Amino acid sequence: MTLLDFARGPALQWSVTIFIVGVLWRLLGVFLLRTRKDLSEPRKPAAWKGLKLIALRSWPRREFLEGTAFGEVMGYAFHVGFLMALFFFAPHVLFFADISRGLLGTDLRGLVGFGWPTLPNGIITLVSAVSVAALVAVLIHRFVNPVKRLISNFDDYFSWFVTIAPLVTGMVAFSHLAGWPYERLLAVHLLSVELLLVWFPFGKLMHAFTIFAARGATGMIFERRGASL
Amino acid sequence: MSSPTLGQFLRARGVTRREFLRFCTATASAMGLSASLAPRIAAALEQARRPSVIWLPFQECTGCTESITRAHGATIESLIFEAISLDYQHTLQAAAGDAAESARARAMQENFGEYLLIVDGSIPTGNPGYSTIAGHDNLSMLEEAAKGAAAIVALGTCAAFGGIPHANPNPTGAVAVSDVVRNKPIINISGCPPIPVVITGVLAQYLTFGKVPELDALGRPIAYYGQTIHDRCYRRPFYERGQFAESFDDEGARRGWCLYKLGCKGPVTYNACATVKWNNGTSFPIEAGHGCIGCSEPDFWDKGGFYQPLSTGNWGTAKTVGTAIGVGAALGIASAALARRRQKAAEGS
Repeated sequence: MTLLDFARGPALQWSVTIFIVGVLWRLLGVFLLRTRKDLSEPRKPAAWKGLKLIALRSWPRREFLEGTAFGEVMGYAFHVGFLMALFFFAPHVLFFADISRGLLGTDLRGLVGFGWPTLPNGIITLVSAVSVAALVAVLIHRFVNPVKRLISNFDDYFSWFVTIAPLVTGMVAFSHLAGWPYERLLAVHLLSVELLLVWFPFGKLMHAFTIFAARGATGMIFERRGASL
Repeated sequence: MSSPTLGQFLRARGVTRREFLRFCTATASAMGLSASLAPRIAAALEQARRPSVIWLPFQECTGCTESITRAHGATIESLIFEAISLDYQHTLQAAAGDAAESARARAMQENFGEYLLIVDGSIPTGNPGYSTIAGHDNLSMLEEAAKGAAAIVALGTCAAFGGIPHANPNPTGAVAVSDVVRNKPIINISGCPPIPVVITGVLAQYLTFGKVPELDALGRPIAYYGQTIHDRCYRRPFYERGQFAESFDDEGARRGWCLYKLGCKGPVTYNACATVKWNNGTSFPIEAGHGCIGCSEPDFWDKGGFYQPLSTGNWGTAKTVGTAIGVGAALGIASAALARRRQKAAEGS
């Protein structure tokens, strides 16, 4: 078995399994917790309106802009680049379509009648490079800023590593850099993705699943208490 | 009288010096050498004596032999190939039975330590009776012939890596030449079948320099297997632009767009198809509209479907995903139940 066979076979199966088990374990473990009954009189009757905090918190507030601008810009640059590379690079789309066919018997085209578009490789390369640059910038900022440095732990640094690794290995594999044969570069890329999948449920990366639920819940509490959102 | 040199042989067959030099230039180019070395290759080849070659076909389909003999007219490649002293090849030779086997024994004895051994087909290691020649099983025949060989050419993916006979479940216990012979230089010319020009080019290189060419990690000549099909594919620009054929008869296919989505294995297949091509340089599979199936790579038959895109991994099945969902949900519910019990206890205290 070659390294690529291992990465495409057993390593992928195990990492996907661990990812699914871990994510459900963490999510249900949180969502099924007891919620303390709030006995106070609601200040505003429709608490669901607090869900707008999900959107509000996704945009910088003017009064804090000076302190948060760097993080906001870099955060958006990284996330947008990462998600574009993840969901619009042709080989990735084929990967998801294959999973869809395996689970549902059809891909997106079969479900809704139109396909999932892919972007030209030049654009994917550009957004990936922007994403990597943003990740490097936030790491430097974390080192330089004394407060951030103080509150950072292994989870922060390892989560950063497993996030940037697939981007870097993907770009190297695509560009045939490093002087290695392509299939080895591809195997390393897949292994880096698998490391991300395995770590994902157990570190801070899990915020991808919890962040919007947390913001929504907070907003509903604020709304009930009459806070200005 | 000693055997004629290659130059004498070719001139006797009516090959002009211009044609011969053209072949030497093409060979130099394919080997990644400067065109200025072509005269040196020509000089070396002209003086080369016809080396004794013993060709042993084992578990094979004769496709490799078909490939080398599928010369359109008297090509320079086929003449070069004829110019070696092919002392044993039971598909091509006129002799049969005892006469053929005696010719092989005599050639091995007279050229001991100097002959070139070509093997096509894999070697069964299960029941010796799976494949025999004149009552001899393939394994013992290979071990015997390898003893006196100067070098061995494992021709085709079956001889180089086990090939289709080696594919799961490998009922005959098929192995590659390199799994049996470990003390001789082995040149793997993989492909199902290998490209004729690559076969003759490697032989020409061996005759010219008198040594095994530079090989990659899988024992293949780097001159021909140094780059992937994808690296040299004329459809590569479409890959870069993200323009893919979605089916074999859509607009993209008609426009010659990249076949990656249709399962092309070009990015992980090392061979010279995209440069030297087939049928006298006419085309190669991708040019004919079909993706590369990766036939020059080990275990190509067992690496997923030919029409499964390369980026689709073996991520599991609906059953394994369903099991993972069940286990994850059970763990989540159990951990939440424990946490709720602690919460309740804390509220009560």
